[in-house]
Amino acid sequence: MVLLNALLTPDLGLIFWTTVVFLILWFILGKTAWNPITSALKNRETNIENALKQADQARADMANLKSEHLQLLNEAKEERSRMLKEAKDIKDKMITDAKEQARLEYDKIIASAASEITNQKMAAITEVKNLIGTNAIDLAKKVLARELDTPAEHQAFVADEIKKIRLN
Amino acid sequence: MLFYCFISSYLCTAKSKVFKVTTYIYNRFLNLLFLVALLGSFNAVYAQHEGGGAVANAPHEAAAHGEEEGEGKLDIGGMIMGHITDGHEFHMTPSLVVPLPCIVYHKEKGFDFFMSSAFHHGHESHNGYVMNHGVLNYVDSPSFPQEGNVAVGHITEDKASKQFSVDYQGQHLPISRSSFYDFSITRTVFTMLLTALIMLLLFPAIAGGYKKSQVPTGVRGFFEPIIQFIRDDIAVPNLGDKAPRYLPFLLTVFFFIWFNNLLGLIPFFPGGGNVMGNIAVTATLAVITFIITTFSGNKDYWGHIFNPQGMPFAIKLLMIVIEFLSIFIKPFALALRLFANITAGHIIILSFVGIIFIVNSLAGSAAGFGVGLLSGAFMIALNVLELFVAILQAYIFTTLSAVFIGQAIEEHHHEHEAAH
Repeated sequence: MVLLNALLTPDLGLIFWTTVVFLILWFILGKTAWNPITSALKNRETNIENALKQADQARADMANLKSEHLQLLNEAKEERSRMLKEAKDIKDKMITDAKEQARLEYDKIIASAASEITNQKMAAITEVKNLIGTNAIDLAKKVLARELDTPAEHQAFVADEIKKIRLN
Repeated sequence: MLFYCFISSYLCTAKSKVFKVTTYIYNRFLNLLFLVALLGSFNAVYAQHEGGGAVANAPHEAAAHGEEEGEGKLDIGGMIMGHITDGHEFHMTPSLVVPLPCIVYHKEKGFDFFMSSAFHHGHESHNGYVMNHGVLNYVDSPSFPQEGNVAVGHITEDKASKQFSVDYQGQHLPISRSSFYDFSITRTVFTMLLTALIMLLLFPAIAGGYKKSQVPTGVRGFFEPIIQFIRDDIAVPNLGDKAPRYLPFLLTVFFFIWFNNLLGLIPFFPGGGNVMGNIAVTATLAVITFIITTFSGNKDYWGHIFNPQGMPFAIKLLMIVIEFLSIFIKPFALALRLFANITAGHIIILSFVGIIFIVNSLAGSAAGFGVGLLSGAFMIALNVLELFVAILQAYIFTTLSAVFIGQAIEEHHHEHEAAH
């Protein structure tokens, strides 16, 4: 217990020096070290935080930009395919229209040709009819004008007359 | 001790944090008691052998020098005590002693300043002062020369009255410390000043480094995580928004304890001072924590102590007494734990040194050599452990200071709501 007593008896001089040394350290280091260090750490943390935030912002901006680009690209692609489709449609339409037109024209031409043919035919028939009629009347006139005695004579005359008729 | 048990059992139920601390220091304190008992038994074992005359090659210096009976003997307890207590010189080898300045203020003669070498290893007095086993004493007798150096004999202690006296020309003159104040730069003070110097050179330099670059390099890279740890894991969790106000104190106390502990582990000059193993030093630090805690205490803190809610009147009275005592127990525990841990570490290492000499004198130098190897290995391991303890104890002291201050400034909104 004597040993313990020696250990457990605080010495006044040591209390004095500990107090002085510690308080001086606390005061001087507080001013010259701890406050500058903690504020420097704080500053750095704020800087890092800001930098990270900015990086995040930049990344988000980049992503936005990229998606905008993508959208533009997609729009352009859509536009292109739309234009291509339109062009194709127009082409198809043009072809169809042209075909239709051609068909209509053809039909028209055919129709007019047919009617022309009919007309011509009718005209020709009329002309033939007229000619035949005229000739028949002329022949009848001549038959009436000449007195034919025999049927043979009659027949020869008609045949002769018919020979004279030229159809053109 | 009974009182202590009572307090620890109370704290057990009241506050788990403080409870841990209390049981911990209680255990460490028991360990220290055990170690001190062990020191006593070293001496007892050796004395028995001396008495029985079993040791043939008894240390020869005693006979050769014809000095007092204690000197030259294998006094392991004395050796260990000499190392862990304070002193006025760094004793490296018998011929290599670094003296330290003695500063005294005598109540009548005023200030006096001299080096501890003035005592010529205890063979002389200086201006009436003598060196009593590493402690300055003043010869109170008027017949003793008050100025200059005179040869003095041995200092002896009267077992009954615990009064020391010095042998001067055949007379036993009483010596004491009552007539003067001792402000000497002892080993402990010297080590403390060295720590202060290191801290004053190191940390402002580290702070200056941040002006040049925010990226920590070199020594800054080593200390920055520690500073951040103290801020983020000790100060902020306990003190919250008010952490910046107390952070300089916590940082100072942490590095002060740590650096002193590290210097204490260096076995030779300029290290070796057992600063945090000195109750005066740890008590002073604890008192500073106590003062901060007391002056930071808010309404809730004092209300919790002097007006605890939600309990019968009788228990309330008891709680007030207990809580009031706990205000003082907390810094007491703080001081004792740090002191006990560091002292215990030093004693264990020194005991392993002592074992070598005991075995050497009891069983011969061959056995001493063998034990020396084994003991040396243990000492290396223990030194590594003490390196860890050095920072651990600094951490614990700092954390508990933060916890105590935190309890004092905490605002108990929830408790009041819960009570209604």
